[in-house]
Amino acid sequence: MSAPLLVGVVLGAIASGTAVLYATLGEVIGERAGIVNLGLEGVMLMGAVVGFATTVETGSAGFGVAAAALAGGLLNLVFAYLVISRRANQLASGLALMFCGVGLSALLGAPYVGSRIEGLNEIRLPVLSNLPVAGLMLFTHDLLVFLVVPVALVVWWVLFFTRWGLALRAVGENPTAAYAAGLSPMIVQYQALLLAGLLGGLAGAHLSLAVARTWAEWMTAGRGFIAVALVIFSKWHPLRAIVGALLFGGAVALQLQMQARGVPISSFLLDMLPYLLSVGVLILWGGTRRHAAPASLGRVFRGTE
Amino acid sequence: MQRAASPGVSLLRAGQGTAVGLLRFVVLFGPAFVVFAVVLLVAGKNPMKAYADIFSATLASGYGFSEVLVKMIPLLLTALAVAIPSRIWLINVGGEGQLYIGALFATWGALTLADLPRWALLPILGALGFVGGGLWAALSGVLRARGWVSETISTLLFNYVAILLVNFFVFGPLKDPESANYPQSAQFVPAATLPTFFGTRVHFGLVLAVLALVIYALVLSRTRWGLEMRAIGGNVEAARRSGIPIGWYIVVVMLVGGGMAGLAGMTEVSAIQGRLRPSLSPGYGFTGFLISWMAGGRPLGMVAAAVLLAIITAGGDILQMTQRLPGSVASILMALVLFAVLARRDRARGERAG
Repeated sequence: MSAPLLVGVVLGAIASGTAVLYATLGEVIGERAGIVNLGLEGVMLMGAVVGFATTVETGSAGFGVAAAALAGGLLNLVFAYLVISRRANQLASGLALMFCGVGLSALLGAPYVGSRIEGLNEIRLPVLSNLPVAGLMLFTHDLLVFLVVPVALVVWWVLFFTRWGLALRAVGENPTAAYAAGLSPMIVQYQALLLAGLLGGLAGAHLSLAVARTWAEWMTAGRGFIAVALVIFSKWHPLRAIVGALLFGGAVALQLQMQARGVPISSFLLDMLPYLLSVGVLILWGGTRRHAAPASLGRVFRGTE
Repeated sequence: MQRAASPGVSLLRAGQGTAVGLLRFVVLFGPAFVVFAVVLLVAGKNPMKAYADIFSATLASGYGFSEVLVKMIPLLLTALAVAIPSRIWLINVGGEGQLYIGALFATWGALTLADLPRWALLPILGALGFVGGGLWAALSGVLRARGWVSETISTLLFNYVAILLVNFFVFGPLKDPESANYPQSAQFVPAATLPTFFGTRVHFGLVLAVLALVIYALVLSRTRWGLEMRAIGGNVEAARRSGIPIGWYIVVVMLVGGGMAGLAGMTEVSAIQGRLRPSLSPGYGFTGFLISWMAGGRPLGMVAAAVLLAIITAGGDILQMTQRLPGSVASILMALVLFAVLARRDRARGERAG
């Protein structure tokens, strides 16, 4: 691979992988607590539109990012109320949430279609960004890009090395036992879904504030579902999620580079990769029972009844 | 006490039944409509006008109602795609993808067999749609029967593979050379177009959907097949010991379910679009899942849920025109209605995920 092509692919992979990684990390947290959220697409869209609108109105992308995270968290709390407090079916609730996010974001975003913003500005890390090739590739990005790998590390640390993380995983594996051990599964799950929503909102913000710098209806274009796929691909592990997101980003970037160079390759076939790889990985691991899915994923905790 | 079977009393009772039903409807969905009204108000629109528009464009006229029927066709078929597998506790979240593959197969048939007479071509296209959607779902069935991948995950992920595959074909091999920049297939010949009724857009797909629904209801209640399915649905281990070939059932049930969604794809391209486009479905497959789930897979319940969601979907088109709202605003109302059902705690129908 020639150097400019490599730079292009890596830059593109980072640009489009970042949003997906935030979303995937959020979904990892939720699923580790035993809850599948198919509504991530809607959460991301709300983050994207609220972040964009806030940036247009205030002129500050920082406010935009904060508002996006908040919007994502709030919308996910609606989902949390349904699946935790009302014990509703998770798949149906998630799809309903997706429709809600699609509709609400379209309504909120309608006045902002065509608006343009400066968005998140690029930060050049001192010294490092002056390195040849790598300086541009790795050390000249926006804040959300620089933060995403540290966030993944924090999620990993929280999930596996803190009491709260242990509680969260216990709830995801066996809520009844967790309850018997004195934990409150419902509170832990609410916290997990709030966190997942914040991350989903950040994912949307990166799309509208850093990548596209505009708002368009359904601009996530299925990335929320990619994130759900990548959670499986990464075996519910925050660090493997980095690999998954880079893979997705790489596929997107590669096809853009190929097209720019006039190589006749269908972007649609490349886009299938994350989905097919996720299914392939499940098959390779030999069966749904043996891989690392949280044991109570998708089940309804009935409490003490 | 003996019940007097006089017509007056039973009429009264029927009236009471309707009144109670109406009351329950209002109590259940009233909040959803109120919240949506508030959303519209905040957005600077007149909610009363919006509801009046939806009503007059759907239920108030014969043509309006015909448009509701048009939307109901893919919704009923994709709901069946979920309901049939749900009888043995399989969760098919892939109706959307199965619809797309059905449409793709049917399009291929319509373009390559265009010389056939209509009476031969249409049944072939229907069969192609069924087979396309069916095979796509059966793939998930095999993965599940082998114990490799849960059908929930694989059907969900295959949705996007299917949509991308259709995109690949309409941007590539199936692209109409005459529509330079539009990604779409060539227009179907008249012989590949399903007949419509009474000068409306209601097409023969309605007959197929109703027929499928009736067969589903009969198979479920009257046949050995339905009995075995209920046995598997009730207790997998017991069913296995009594010699029911479960793996085979899983694949067949997924095939038939996916076939229904594929049929929906065929009727959409043949009767509504007249060609294959990437924007074939505004999420019919996902809405179908929610319809089947709302009704617990019961045939009449699915019809009722499909009517409600079809009115909302058709209403969205109207709001786009009369109120200058984005078309997807209707999905807010749909989501609110679903939230109302989801938040209901005393669901006696159980958690059969269909």
